[in-house]
Amino acid sequence: MSAVPTTSPLQTRRRFRGRVGDLLLHGLTLAAALGSVILVGAIVWKVLRLSGTSFDRFGLDFVTGRTWDPVRHVFGALPFVYGTAVSSFVALVIAAPLAIAIGLYLSELAPRGVRGLVGSLVELLAAVPSVVLGLWGILVLGPFVAHHVEPWLHTTLGFIPLFGDPQQTGQGLFTAALILTIMIVPIVASISRELFLGVPRELEEGALALGTTRWEMVRGVILPATRSGIAAALILGLGRAIGEAIAVTQVIGGGTRIGWSLFPPADTLASKLASSYQGANPGLETSSLLYLAAILLVIGLLANLIAQIIVRRFDPLRGARA
Amino acid sequence: MSRYSRRRLVNRAMEGIATVAALVAVAVLVIVVVSVTLRGAGALSWDFFTKPQALFGQPGGGIANALIGTILLVALATAIALPVGVLTAIYLTEFAPRRLAVPIQIVIDVLAGLPTIVIGIFVYALLVIGHTQSGLAGAIALAIIMLPLVARATQEVLLLVPSTLREASLALGVRRWRTVLGVILPSSVGGILTGTVLAVARAAGETAPLLFTSSIFANTVQTDITKALPNIPVLIFTYSEQADPALHEQAWAAALVLIAFVLLASLAAKALLARSRRKLNP
Repeated sequence: MSAVPTTSPLQTRRRFRGRVGDLLLHGLTLAAALGSVILVGAIVWKVLRLSGTSFDRFGLDFVTGRTWDPVRHVFGALPFVYGTAVSSFVALVIAAPLAIAIGLYLSELAPRGVRGLVGSLVELLAAVPSVVLGLWGILVLGPFVAHHVEPWLHTTLGFIPLFGDPQQTGQGLFTAALILTIMIVPIVASISRELFLGVPRELEEGALALGTTRWEMVRGVILPATRSGIAAALILGLGRAIGEAIAVTQVIGGGTRIGWSLFPPADTLASKLASSYQGANPGLETSSLLYLAAILLVIGLLANLIAQIIVRRFDPLRGARA
Repeated sequence: MSRYSRRRLVNRAMEGIATVAALVAVAVLVIVVVSVTLRGAGALSWDFFTKPQALFGQPGGGIANALIGTILLVALATAIALPVGVLTAIYLTEFAPRRLAVPIQIVIDVLAGLPTIVIGIFVYALLVIGHTQSGLAGAIALAIIMLPLVARATQEVLLLVPSTLREASLALGVRRWRTVLGVILPSSVGGILTGTVLAVARAAGETAPLLFTSSIFANTVQTDITKALPNIPVLIFTYSEQADPALHEQAWAAALVLIAFVLLASLAAKALLARSRRKLNP
């Protein structure tokens, strides 16, 4: 039985204030955090609901429908799904080896003095706004591609149907894929560099001590150790490429053709959305455009979730940073 | 050729490829920056910054209205995203139990990866359909893009605050909220600032969300956020889609202004980050 300490009114007040302060801050921060979660929920709900009119009309056949005809009220997303898939895939195929090579250069090869500089420059490339890249794409890269790259690819590799007749303006899938490559290389390269730097030094040195060359060490130690992280980085890059609207709208030309050649103009889901919403009639056409947004949203959600799961599953330590 | 020299040759080749890849990335950056500078510098003048856009088809004009619009939009977006982002980060690092922290973290990372055009469509559906485009809607869309960036940057720097600092404060009997506001936040201001600057740089160049929410053409300086605010990214986008070379020149000049701001802001953020890291881990 101990004596209950007597507290002065001042102390009581202070203790009370302290508790209220704790509760307030806890509540406020919780509200902010939950707000972000609710926001994502609201985005999903709103976009899906507004595409409802079109979904009720066309169902999942929308995704495989080949016509987009506002006059006859027939809408199908296949040309845009095709454009998105091809442009992002080509971009990823070019970007993946480049970005991994850059990551290796920055983490293993670059001399100390150059490392920071080149690393910063690669990160700055990621900071270039997409609208500026798109402007450069239309007026500089497009003409160059049309006059030099496409004719060259057509004459040397023309037997592959991918490299069909060159276009006049350089606006098309291929240019869009190149712009997307420029956008995703720095993202994947930065993540790869972090991954490679995270490989324990002892493993690398152990391999080198066994007499491997640097490349054999990379192939035998670094790449296997970071495989899952690289996969996650590539999925993030792919998600970024699929969702990019502005730069692609500027350079892809617009069109609904589906075919083998990479050079003609086309549209992606995002570019169709960006270029058509302004003139769209309310009702079915707008709803169909929102259906395109819903497809993008679902792909975006899936890509990010899969990347997250890979990172957390295989590398819980890095999950907090990647 | 002996086995050994073949292995060395392969090694050399691979090292060469990696070096060339890094050079290519740097070269692309240099080419983009140089072509924007060469084509844009000619149109820069006092008038370019002080006069509003000319009506379509008329010569001259500047970007004053778009410049002020962009500054307003980004300032407003920062005012929304900064407090929410910082509070979210405080919750995740200081209060959240693990089973809540992980899913919230995942959702925020997903938000960061959503296509910005989808965020634009969302705000369009929420605030523009049935009303009109407005600077406020544009700023909210930009804020949604900035939010995960600010939250993530804040979180990273909060995690860097030495736990001894936190424990010392708690051991002195200081309440948690005062520890957070009086000890932890002040020591991480630098990092939060860095994240904010990066988010601002990102938001300043975002076009897709503004296309839906704040893109109606106005050739006067607007400061009323209930109306659409003209802004630089949409200006570059619309001019780039026109065939008129005079408009292209203006687009290049505006792009030069934008890219100079974005690159300088990114560099400043990097310098800031290095400084605040050094302060936390001497």
